[in-house]
Amino acid sequence: MGEIFPCNYLLREYSWSILSVMSVPLTLLGLLERGPSHGYDLKRDYDAYFGRGRPLRYSQAYATLSRLARDGKAVAGPVEQEAGPERRRYVITEAGVADVERWLAEPVPPEPDLQSELFSKVVLALMLDRPADRYLDVQRGAHLQRMRELTELKRETDPLGVLLADHALYRLEADLRWIDHTAARLDLLARAVRR
Amino acid sequence: MDRPHRGPAGPARAGGAPVTAQFPRPARPIHPIHPARPVDPAVAAATGTAKIIEARDLFLSFGETPALRGASLGVRPGEIVAVMGPSGSGKSTLLHCLAGILVPAQGQVWFGRERLDTLSDDRRSALRRDRFGFVFQSGQLVPELTAAENVALPLLLSGTRRGPAMTAARKWFPALGLDGLEHRRSGELSGGQAQRVALARGLVAEPEVLFADEPTGSLDSVSSELVMELLTAAVRERGTTVVLVTHDARVAAYADREVIVRDGKVSTLTGAEA
Repeated sequence: MGEIFPCNYLLREYSWSILSVMSVPLTLLGLLERGPSHGYDLKRDYDAYFGRGRPLRYSQAYATLSRLARDGKAVAGPVEQEAGPERRRYVITEAGVADVERWLAEPVPPEPDLQSELFSKVVLALMLDRPADRYLDVQRGAHLQRMRELTELKRETDPLGVLLADHALYRLEADLRWIDHTAARLDLLARAVRR
Repeated sequence: MDRPHRGPAGPARAGGAPVTAQFPRPARPIHPIHPARPVDPAVAAATGTAKIIEARDLFLSFGETPALRGASLGVRPGEIVAVMGPSGSGKSTLLHCLAGILVPAQGQVWFGRERLDTLSDDRRSALRRDRFGFVFQSGQLVPELTAAENVALPLLLSGTRRGPAMTAARKWFPALGLDGLEHRRSGELSGGQAQRVALARGLVAEPEVLFADEPTGSLDSVSSELVMELLTAAVRERGTTVVLVTHDARVAAYADREVIVRDGKVSTLTGAEA
């Protein structure tokens, strides 16, 4: 059991922070794919859709956009001479679009607490008129695969291992029910996020 | 598909008392298209093992309501396939067509090299009786019969004499943790016990394919886990193919793979052929 659940709490915290770090740039890039935008507007939209009480700091938004520009995922326009926050328009590049595409299409590792990234992916896929139903199916497949492994594991482990595997199974099942529910309401959701 | 190795059918540990008895040994030689051992799906995929049962492009409507709209599904020998999907998606109709209970309006159903949908009603009934087993949601036991008589029913219907049929039926009781309940009637069994009796009835005649429609539908999570443990252990030991309709992901997780039925069509989650 030690090998499969090396240290569940730490593993969970670790994967959570990795996911957060990974998904902010890609989420911003996804928002940028809707059309050229100012950093300020991107930050505002990020907060509105994904912030949920944890708004992005301006400095983080601008630093992320600069990195995206440096890496060739976006192109920054000249600074527009205006008062207030930095006014600079960003345009996504083909490499940036490819990154968003790849990120959306790949399933999130089926770990507990993935909802936030999965949620962002679904909302962005709907905004960008991407096949959210296919993405949800791929995620469903990844979840069920993990559930099969955990079910198999229960045969070979001790009672505490069974308990832990059951915990993971029920959480994955809860995600799956959310996925099913969401898949059944995609049209409605799409209307709510398109501008 | 990569799948962790499954250990030998051992005692079920899930819920309830551990079940230590062995399942009754197969009573007759296994049919030629039936493998002696479970087929590793990865091997089967690589070698293109023939499908034991296959639906090709099925269409079927109930009045104005279309249930199947081009549903296709192939199942390899020894495989356990979970058929999932929202209510009303057509998953039970698909199972009924595969099992020869319903005949599709269009499309073909194959069992090995035999085409099922063009057989006469009598031939299809005989085939269902002799080669297939069924487990449905609970409440399907004959209330006037004892648990052991319920299990013996498929054997009695296919002409086995009462003595040997009852002996074969009773052998299943210890393996399913039902010792001492042989003479109870269905009203005197718990939901989980009744469903294990139904499982024994589905397997007693050594079917080549077991069709299970929401076999744990009315059970709590612990009882349903026990039923699934016993079901998978018994069919793995025999190499029985299983088509399992369920809306419960934890039940589907006992299968080798799952397909999803939506709007009368079958899709895999990986984009592979169903």
